[in-house]
Amino acid sequence: MSTLHTVNKSPFSTQSLLSCLNHAKDGDAVLMIEDGVYGGAKGTGLADVVAGKAGSVSIFVLEGDIAARGIDPSRLIEGVTAVDYVGFVGLAAEHDRTQAWL
Amino acid sequence: MSETVKKFLYVNRKAPYGTIYALEALEVVLIGAAFDQDVSMAFLDDGVFQLVKGQSTDGIGVKNFSPTFRALGDYEVTKLFVEQESLDERGLTADDLQEITYEDEDDDWEEKPSIRIVSRSEMSDVMADQDVVLSF
Repeated sequence: MSTLHTVNKSPFSTQSLLSCLNHAKDGDAVLMIEDGVYGGAKGTGLADVVAGKAGSVSIFVLEGDIAARGIDPSRLIEGVTAVDYVGFVGLAAEHDRTQAWL
Repeated sequence: MSETVKKFLYVNRKAPYGTIYALEALEVVLIGAAFDQDVSMAFLDDGVFQLVKGQSTDGIGVKNFSPTFRALGDYEVTKLFVEQESLDERGLTADDLQEITYEDEDDDWEEKPSIRIVSRSEMSDVMADQDVVLSF
């Protein structure tokens, strides 16, 4: 039993990403979408927190959202994977439930 | 009509009056209560502010919906999980929250507290135990 968590707000303006990471269980997946994808970039004040969680939880960003914001995939934190919309649907299907962190 | 009962969790992470989320969540819970599902509510992060006692909205011209939480028991919504760490971070204790109770039909209608204070890790367990999670 596992959960797909989605985060759609910048981690620099809300606590949503942190709260999500603090509640996610081993084997869960976290997908950053919309402004949430800023949390997937290297070199930010939160990158260590995200990287630290990337072992026990799978972390993804939505490809279209990083491209729109000028974030090249090479600038993603180690262990953070870009997925397209089909990948998004796949993640939703793979997990038992989806929880949005608004 | 399916008899399957699913576990629904309504997650509240926003303070009561700055946005419409909190009021909308409560409306949806009350509507959803008509469907005889296993409903719980979670209050964490700024969501814990929704349950603080002594709210008075006369000065801001919006409805004070906090008394509505006390009616949830009549709709068989009797599990209100509140995260201890979220209270701590905001300088609150359980005593700062309004008293919310329900009458337990399986225990001679004894009045029992609906609010259950849980740790962050217990909150994770509550979330992982659901069929459907609705976020507000």
